[in-house]
Amino acid sequence: MDEARIARRGLGPRLRLAGGWLLLALLAAIFAPLVAPQDPLAQDLMLERLPPFWMNGAEPGYWLGTDSLGRDLLSRLIFGGRVAFVVAFAAAIAACLVGSTLGLIAGYFGGWADRIISRIVDIWMAFPPVLFAILLVAVLGTGLSSVIIAIAVIDWTRFCRVIRAEAMGQTRMDYVENARIAGYGRIGIMLREVLPNVVPSIVALLSLEMGIAVIVEAILSFVNLSISTDDPTWGGIIAEGRLSIHQAWWVLVFPLITLILTVLSFSQFGEALKARFDPVLR
Amino acid sequence: MLLQRFLIRLLTMAITLFGVAVVVFVVIRVAPGDPIAMMLPPGATDADIARLRALYGLDKTIVQQFFIWLSGVIRGDFGTSISLRQDVLGLVFNRLPATLELAITALLMAVAIGGTAAILGARERGTAVEAGIDIASGTALSIPDFLWGLVLILLFGVLIPVFDISGRVSPQLDLPFVTQFYLFESILRLRFDLTWDLLKHMLMPAVALALPLAAIIAQLLKQSLKEVLDLDYVVLARVKGFSETQVILREALKNAALPTLTLVGVQFTFLIGGTVIVERLFSYEGLGNMAIDAVINRDLPLIQGIVLVFALLFVLINLTVDMMYALLNPRLRHG
Repeated sequence: MDEARIARRGLGPRLRLAGGWLLLALLAAIFAPLVAPQDPLAQDLMLERLPPFWMNGAEPGYWLGTDSLGRDLLSRLIFGGRVAFVVAFAAAIAACLVGSTLGLIAGYFGGWADRIISRIVDIWMAFPPVLFAILLVAVLGTGLSSVIIAIAVIDWTRFCRVIRAEAMGQTRMDYVENARIAGYGRIGIMLREVLPNVVPSIVALLSLEMGIAVIVEAILSFVNLSISTDDPTWGGIIAEGRLSIHQAWWVLVFPLITLILTVLSFSQFGEALKARFDPVLR
Repeated sequence: MLLQRFLIRLLTMAITLFGVAVVVFVVIRVAPGDPIAMMLPPGATDADIARLRALYGLDKTIVQQFFIWLSGVIRGDFGTSISLRQDVLGLVFNRLPATLELAITALLMAVAIGGTAAILGARERGTAVEAGIDIASGTALSIPDFLWGLVLILLFGVLIPVFDISGRVSPQLDLPFVTQFYLFESILRLRFDLTWDLLKHMLMPAVALALPLAAIIAQLLKQSLKEVLDLDYVVLARVKGFSETQVILREALKNAALPTLTLVGVQFTFLIGGTVIVERLFSYEGLGNMAIDAVINRDLPLIQGIVLVFALLFVLINLTVDMMYALLNPRLRHG
């Protein structure tokens, strides 16, 4: 009872709003075939560019209006969420695994390992990230796995830089020295002593990275290099909206609001998680 | 001491650029799909394909190709674009000024907006004004340039159409320019009618790029200013009768600016990286827009050239910032 109350008080209003939106969008994406009012691919030229429900000329059942091919915008946004969340989770976790491992090794072992890894990070930082992503997807061929691989290949450096610095700081602490005197091996200390102490940063970065992955996927589908062009994606809808902006503003406005809310929620969530895990702030 | 630092930096810079060249070369050579087959009409014979392949050096091994390309790059020869059939270096230099103008305008805006917000926030510390600045900068920072661009297109391109949403300059205008730095040259030639037209195209992409950086400057500079404002010499200036704004501008700012300067350098490279998609969004004819076309057309020599130029720009900015930091920081200057 008491614990529950403390836990609830820890959840600020911002975290509740952010978590609420993400949960809503995630559930809608998972149960997309059940909740989407229309078939997201169904074209009907009789229904093209219908406005959202509060405007004159709206049709019932097409809540947010339709695009220039008469496809239902709300249903396309819901189905587009599936791609967005799959990419967000898979790409962020992959980038996290690679980047945190290398960062931990560089920070804890130092020396040559650190020099080589840091040099690779420098090389990676000299690439314009969006151009690198577009190049990788063009090379790998469009498709969900290409997008995930491209994001992970580009963004592992975010984890690597932060975790390297943190692991370096932890390694200088007394408890690491004590563990060494107690006879633990180097890798054992790294995994059992240093790793748990950098987990809060990893979790916070992970949430942030999910938001970034959603944006990169949107950018890739905006330039028509994400998954196949038939399936709805948030970036693909934005690209359509950009073209018909003077005829049907809603095709751009609603996916934009969806993206902004999702990105803000992921970053708020990351900040809140960090504050919750951080023993000093708690 | 400074010279040694400079030489070490120059060496790591060369290693970084070599690494970038290797990575991009390997990545695009692994690409499936034949750029040569795409250049020729459908009826081309195998002999035609082989001849063109030999012409572009694609019949040699990947290591041979790399060193042929690299020795060309060192001599300033980046090869010939496959899709545009022109010299890569010429194409890049034709587009680079447009991107530089956009990036520099965005940087100046970010410093102006972020600096003003930081000074205002430090002066009004602890009030609702500071809280408002914190919320605004937090939001500006969380939303990336791509989304800011779309928001601006909707607000000032469609809802209140005051700016142009695509292109670099109105196509019907007669341009007297000899350089590709249209904006800077129009100011120097006092052709303010053209300056205005160029700005109407450039302002929205520049603001989209500037907002996240402005937010970072606002947050970091405000923090540094607040720390400096409690120090003795600042208190002394206040006792001497200077107003709070004077104290900040004359005494605190120059000592608080150093950490921000370092960060702005790194962030400026992120801003330049952002021009790729923002230029695409606003159909702005810069290097980034050309890069996306090059990727879509599988134009290998052009992609290599553009990526290398971006990388060179990034390491040069980092070098400049590092040297400026060393020159400005008294501890390093005399160390």
